[in-house]
Amino acid sequence: MRTRDLSSGFGVVISALCAGLAAAILLLILGYVAREGAGALTWTYLSQIPRPVNVPGGGVANGIVGSFIIIGIAALIAVPIGTLAGIYLALYGRSWFAETTRFLADVLSGVPSIAIGLFAYTVFVAPFKHFSAVSASIAFAVLMLPLIIRTAEESISRVPVRIRESALAWGISSYAATIHIVVPAARSGMITGLLLALARVTGETAPLLFTAFGSQFWELNPTNPMAELSLQVFTYAISPYEDWHRQAWAGALLLIIAVFILNVGARFALRTQTRR
Amino acid sequence: MNASIQALEQRHVRRSLVSDRAFVLFIYLATLLFVATVLGLFAMLLLGSWTSIREFGFSFLWTSEWNPITGRFGALPMIYGTVVSSLTALVLAGIVGVFGAAYLADFAPRFISVPLSFLIELLAAVPSVVFGLWGLFVLAPVLRTVVDPFLQAHFGMVPLFSGPIFGSSLFTAGILLAIMIIPTISAISRDVIAAVIPEHREGSLALGVTRWETMWHVLLPGARSGIFGACILALGRAFGETIATTMVIGNKPAIAASLFAPSYTLASVVANEFTEATTDMYLSALIELGLLLFVVSMIVNAAARVLTWTLLRPSKGR
Amino acid sequence: MSSKFFSRRTILGSIVSAVLVGLLGMTVAAPALADTQLTGAGSTFVYPFFSKAFYEYSRKHTDVNVNYQSIGSGGGIQQFIARTVDFGASDVPMNADELKRAGAPVVQIPVALGGEAITYNLPVEIKAGLKLTREALADIYLGKIAKWNDPEIAKLNSQTTLPDLPIVVVHRSDGSGTTFIFTDFLSTVSSEWKEKVGTGKSVQWPAQSSVGGKGNEGVAGQVRQTPGAIGYVELAYVLENHMEQVLLQNVSGKYVACTEATVQAAAATKPDITPRDFSIVDRKGNDTWPIAGYTWAMLYADPTDKVRAKLTQDVLAWTVTEGQAIASSVDYVPLPRNVQASAKKALAQIHL
Repeated sequence: MRTRDLSSGFGVVISALCAGLAAAILLLILGYVAREGAGALTWTYLSQIPRPVNVPGGGVANGIVGSFIIIGIAALIAVPIGTLAGIYLALYGRSWFAETTRFLADVLSGVPSIAIGLFAYTVFVAPFKHFSAVSASIAFAVLMLPLIIRTAEESISRVPVRIRESALAWGISSYAATIHIVVPAARSGMITGLLLALARVTGETAPLLFTAFGSQFWELNPTNPMAELSLQVFTYAISPYEDWHRQAWAGALLLIIAVFILNVGARFALRTQTRR
Repeated sequence: MNASIQALEQRHVRRSLVSDRAFVLFIYLATLLFVATVLGLFAMLLLGSWTSIREFGFSFLWTSEWNPITGRFGALPMIYGTVVSSLTALVLAGIVGVFGAAYLADFAPRFISVPLSFLIELLAAVPSVVFGLWGLFVLAPVLRTVVDPFLQAHFGMVPLFSGPIFGSSLFTAGILLAIMIIPTISAISRDVIAAVIPEHREGSLALGVTRWETMWHVLLPGARSGIFGACILALGRAFGETIATTMVIGNKPAIAASLFAPSYTLASVVANEFTEATTDMYLSALIELGLLLFVVSMIVNAAARVLTWTLLRPSKGR
Repeated sequence: MSSKFFSRRTILGSIVSAVLVGLLGMTVAAPALADTQLTGAGSTFVYPFFSKAFYEYSRKHTDVNVNYQSIGSGGGIQQFIARTVDFGASDVPMNADELKRAGAPVVQIPVALGGEAITYNLPVEIKAGLKLTREALADIYLGKIAKWNDPEIAKLNSQTTLPDLPIVVVHRSDGSGTTFIFTDFLSTVSSEWKEKVGTGKSVQWPAQSSVGGKGNEGVAGQVRQTPGAIGYVELAYVLENHMEQVLLQNVSGKYVACTEATVQAAAATKPDITPRDFSIVDRKGNDTWPIAGYTWAMLYADPTDKVRAKLTQDVLAWTVTEGQAIASSVDYVPLPRNVQASAKKALAQIHL
């Protein structure tokens, strides 16, 4: 009895250490980013468009707006397609077609983002001879889909079968049973997938080079080139200038804070009952 | 009276049949759209690599030369670097991520698990270039001055830990990638473990099994397929990571036995050279690297699936 | 329970609405959009200079905005050929193959001048500066000189005892004009390099003990972290970060450091550069820095949209003349006057 208790306690401690390690690393990185960039995170930075290096008063406001638009449209594309595909896999998932879809989703997550950006360029930019934010959104949506599809499938299939069966037993149509009963029950897992996907694309730059192109100016029209915050961060980070480096770190800090707020907000607003 | 209720029921049944059919059609179409997109991506990669494939054929896979001047390209060192760095990352992140998820899903009290979960998921939001810079300026020096020499002193007889120590190496890249993929494994595993049927957990505890043993023998096996899926997604992410890796891996297209030697990955080459490449052959070779990643990913996924079928099939109950 | 649920949704809804209203407010407060937005793409090297030059230009000519994005020289040429941008910029002029793909006559002009310094990391301080000959530098990068206390280096620096440290050669891992200029230099001073490796934006580096860093940050970071490392970085980078640099012996026998003056001296020795004969490495002169090169902008000689082409021509004409005055403020080297004149003349060839 004693050894079982010891080894069990040991197991719990190791798990706690692992969780703590991961969180500690995040805090380390966050601390580094904050130390380098917090000083540059001013109201000017948040509300002004970029200025040349060492000219005071520049900011990333157009990049912030651009990120919202590009990622927002990407989510609007990826969430419906991904969720519906996930539902398909969960409900009708035994066919060879379903298995192929799962396989392709997993394979897609390994394709470098620059290749996906190139794909979006070939299909949505080159034929029109025009860069656009929408093409970037499409590239981002493709990046998000594997996570959304797989987590949707996983969480829906974990909803106990009897919940769906009892809904159907009440005479509700299959469609209503899925959308109104099963999917809400799977909500928590699906939100995790969505949040991970959003966090993933928030820090991506490579696909933007040939799609959204970037801009130093205000732009709200998604069919035009548009600034994006992580692209701005990347451009500043690899430059030689201390001024731009600080702005890059500030931008990175902003990205992390934005995802944090998104995380907290989503979990809070759509919280389901705890299962314990 | 009877007739009108029947009519009502008829209408209800018909409507729900229609909406059911439409629903099935929609989800089928969405899936089809997704599959078409991925196949389109593959086709584009294939088309773009065609010049290079025609020139080098299969020798692309086992040649070690990467010379943009003479136009001779071979991807072997990059394949090696990609596979080794990603697998290292998966092993490290898998252990930390799954055990951490176990703690967050079950052992931890809510006032710890909620903030800790947020923090770990935030790791996914750090931009790639920031990871790269942090890796270069913080992680690499620590590894070069403290960790690598320690490992070499104690395990130096193993070829993996032999040889000169550079800060930028396969090992550094593996650790950085591990950090980047921990949130994927941890967050999904946590959800999956927590979703295991409560009766299983409660039944186990009621029998006098300790919390840890319940986790090890009941919950983790029950969550196995989900955890596995999370690992596959995370591995994919590690394969495709471009910018962070290139800043800490040393970018040397050569194969060395030691983990401490600089190396190169498929995605890094593409990230480094694509925007500056101008000749058709060069661009085609770079696109072929992207295609290779697609293929490597396919092979690894197929192998993983075969493994799953042979190991998990007997006990896949929900 | 359900009323609690609704109130959460309402909170979420009101947060989203507030954000949207805030965004709209920001766009209303935004400055009036200019009439024309020109687009340019290409070299990352020239981006900081362009961003300042075009900013100043827009202040003088409020009807024109220039959106230049640094997607890389190769990307710039691709987009220029695909006609998705008004002008391209590249660290190396378009070669015959690219000009053929463009399918129409192209005007290429030098727009910026840059130099590269050699930086190093040694545990000993060398007050007089570390001296290297061109051949020694080439041999280091070839891997033939593997240690810092090699007699080849020691004899150049007799006042210092160099440590018995292996040399770690650092280079750019990303394709870049900086690498092109550096390898052009190495090919010029060492026939072995020219034969074995060659000149290019990306090459196969022969040294055994070598590491690639991404971008200037990557190279400088690598050098900073690795005792015994040596690497090449852009002048702007060295100036901004106050880095140690090697005193390189130029072809006239003088040991010089990379500064604005020495780079300009090199450029001035060859005023009649053309897109086909554009190399300015290893020039003769007492103060010339051996590792320097231009960045080029390209436009079509017979443009279809003549209005946009005229605006683009005006912007670039200003950039290569008055715009050069601001180059120093961002650590770039102004084009020598004779080069400015020939660039302006080349621009006038565009048929409008």
